[in-house]
Amino acid sequence: MLIIETKNLTYTYPGGIKPSIRDVSLTIEKGEFVILTGPSGCGKTTLCRCFNGLIPHFYAGQLEGELTVAGLQVKEHPIYEMAQRVGLVFQNPENQLFALSVEKDVAFGLENLGMPREEIRKRVDWALQMTGIEELEERAPHELSGGQQQRVAIACVLAMQPDIMVFDEPTSFLDPLGAQKIFEVINELNKKLGVTVILVEHRLDLASKYADHVIIMDEGRIVLNGRPKEIFDSETARLIGVGIPKATQLWQILRENGIKLESIPTSSEEAVRLLREVLKT
Amino acid sequence: MIEVKNVFFTYPTGVEALKGISLSIRNGEFVAIMGQNGAGKTTLVKQFNGLLKPTKGEVLVDGVSTRNISVARLARKVGFVFQNPDHQLFSETVEEEIAFALRNFGFKENTLKKRVTWALNLLDLTEYRKTSPFMLSGGERKRVALASVLAWNPKVVILDEPTIGQDHRQKEILRQFIVQLNAQGKTVVIVTHDVEFVAECSPRVVLMAQGQIVADGDAKRILTDPNVALQASIVPPQITQVFLGLTDLGLSTDVIDVSEATKVLLEYLEGGNR
Amino acid sequence: MSVFEGFRFRHVSSPIHRRDPRVKFLYVLVSFIAAIMFNELPLLLVLFFLPTPFVLLAGVQRQWLRSLRGAMFLASFLFVFNLIFGFLSPENIPKTMSPPEYAFAMSLRFLDLVESFSIFFLTTSPDHLSLALEQSRVPYEFTFAFTTAVRFVPVLAEEAQTIMDAQKARGLELEKGNFMKRVRNYIPILIPLIVSSIRRSLELAEAMESRGWGASKKRTNLYALKMRRGDWVLAIVSLLFLVTVIYVRLYVPVPTFTMLLPK
Repeated sequence: MLIIETKNLTYTYPGGIKPSIRDVSLTIEKGEFVILTGPSGCGKTTLCRCFNGLIPHFYAGQLEGELTVAGLQVKEHPIYEMAQRVGLVFQNPENQLFALSVEKDVAFGLENLGMPREEIRKRVDWALQMTGIEELEERAPHELSGGQQQRVAIACVLAMQPDIMVFDEPTSFLDPLGAQKIFEVINELNKKLGVTVILVEHRLDLASKYADHVIIMDEGRIVLNGRPKEIFDSETARLIGVGIPKATQLWQILRENGIKLESIPTSSEEAVRLLREVLKT
Repeated sequence: MIEVKNVFFTYPTGVEALKGISLSIRNGEFVAIMGQNGAGKTTLVKQFNGLLKPTKGEVLVDGVSTRNISVARLARKVGFVFQNPDHQLFSETVEEEIAFALRNFGFKENTLKKRVTWALNLLDLTEYRKTSPFMLSGGERKRVALASVLAWNPKVVILDEPTIGQDHRQKEILRQFIVQLNAQGKTVVIVTHDVEFVAECSPRVVLMAQGQIVADGDAKRILTDPNVALQASIVPPQITQVFLGLTDLGLSTDVIDVSEATKVLLEYLEGGNR
Repeated sequence: MSVFEGFRFRHVSSPIHRRDPRVKFLYVLVSFIAAIMFNELPLLLVLFFLPTPFVLLAGVQRQWLRSLRGAMFLASFLFVFNLIFGFLSPENIPKTMSPPEYAFAMSLRFLDLVESFSIFFLTTSPDHLSLALEQSRVPYEFTFAFTTAVRFVPVLAEEAQTIMDAQKARGLELEKGNFMKRVRNYIPILIPLIVSSIRRSLELAEAMESRGWGASKKRTNLYALKMRRGDWVLAIVSLLFLVTVIYVRLYVPVPTFTMLLPK
């Protein structure tokens, strides 16, 4: 069942000379884990902001084409309506937390919706539990590490129980271990709760093992769209300059040397498994 | 060039960030200071240009203790490119921005003009000479910040987390640039947690954890050692992880890049076939 | 600036800290009115020592003293100013007191005002305060602006420090030069700080919108401030206080030290 559908989506920021995204047509199924990637400036951030209505409602400018998210025509619904179906987690953890305690921040969205207090309490506790940060409930955001702050930001969005969660380079400011933890949390949300995930990332070596759908953009257009293994093997991906996981690169060179692995690995665990089969014979 | 002698450092808030660090960096070395966020990497490099002074112990730059010179005078020798270029940019044009430090250091107008042109050229920014730095993209602003530091030709260049927020191609370009800088004789120190980036440049690695140095030496040796990785809470390069998972088959784990990995695997298979 | 020390909140709990901020504010307001109503030194002295039990109960003596110390500068200035004023135009000051007593009274009144507000901020956490604001009729935009500002103060302070470091590392010397040069040296610090604040505001706005800002006219709240017994006690005490103050002002002849001195 489709949960996001776009047709020829084109958008130019006010004062922009050329469109940031052009002719973007894609479909995303409910429950998918999508990775959206591409070189800096390719339009992935712009596309994210279309999904929850920041474009065209917050950022003026011309949005052409069709965009349906969770059954709603984005152009016709205000952001606060979209926010109940699509959550957006941004790059910088610090600038998403505005309250003086974690639980107040997580409650923010629900308070905006005018939910009754008992319901808010339940959802806040649930969101903190899902992201593994119950012990941080009463802490002030400034005292937390970047990784903890980002998990709070995820809880803030999760509390609103959206069907779709979009993550715009959420691990930019984190070290690899911190990044791994965030990807694990996101994966849990996708596998356990069925939340449709759209993850914008450069760190394909860490994130691609979770994805079942990869979209690569370049210069505002979609260039590749399909299953991770096919995409990473494509010459186009290499030419665009996307960071293909080393495990995949290894598979490619082995293939050139006449060694065939059963399938294409994107993570080290997969590579280990596939290599064992070949090496044992 | 830079000598750190048993340095301890505690922040005014009471946090002890450096617990007995000793290290020497020679002229012309290429060093990567690595470790988790919070290990003390940035605190350590801030000792190199005098922004922070040791609570105990000494830091010598070119033989002079950092306690005895001002930050401005140390900066002349030790350039520091901060993580976020927006913390430095303030001028009306890129040209002005690059000239800022040169003016502070008292460069004469003629030399100043030449150095600005040179720096613009070096970082491919000539077309933006008269542009406002605020109009540029994130990657371009990073280049302006870098240009503004290289302009005064410091002997040592410190880059704090230069790969953050960069896409794959930008990191490639940066890597080549840094290697070239080092080849030209500059002492280069990068602070980073990007293990793949370091695996590709192969500098000397100083690995820190909780305010102490846990390992110091060849990049390959350190990044392929699983015990060290555990101690410092770092994730080894993906290729190394693959080989760490195949140790029971007798394969060496001393591998960090793809071509080496291929060679090892091919040799193993040939050995099996005989 | 040590006068601000007296206004910073510390994470402590006491019967005073736990009081509803709205009631505490009522008390502060009454103290304010009391200080303004009287210019007689004996009463101002009483008002000065009146909050002492609250201060001790809350355990904030040290910070409170520090705030007073900080206010001393302005208080002494007021003293000197009023002294000169009193001597130069004695017809403009109350006949019941000598110029020195008048000057003393005026500066003490200032200290009384500083004191009452200081105790309020010392014993009320910012989130407690913002909760009180949310529950009063203050429009949510203002409460939100207040809370966000408080939340980002430490962030801005750190950022200012980083910017100073970054510019110092480019040879900027903040301590050198004459006054004009020093002021100009702060431009490389202020501009990045301002630009960064503007960027931050944009990111905050995006995050706010994305979490349903403006979805409902009636915003609810995770917490509710409830008036407890101690709050009602304080409220009644404040009202009695107010009534007493008005009564004394209207019906009780208040002496001054000048009057009490033998001629």
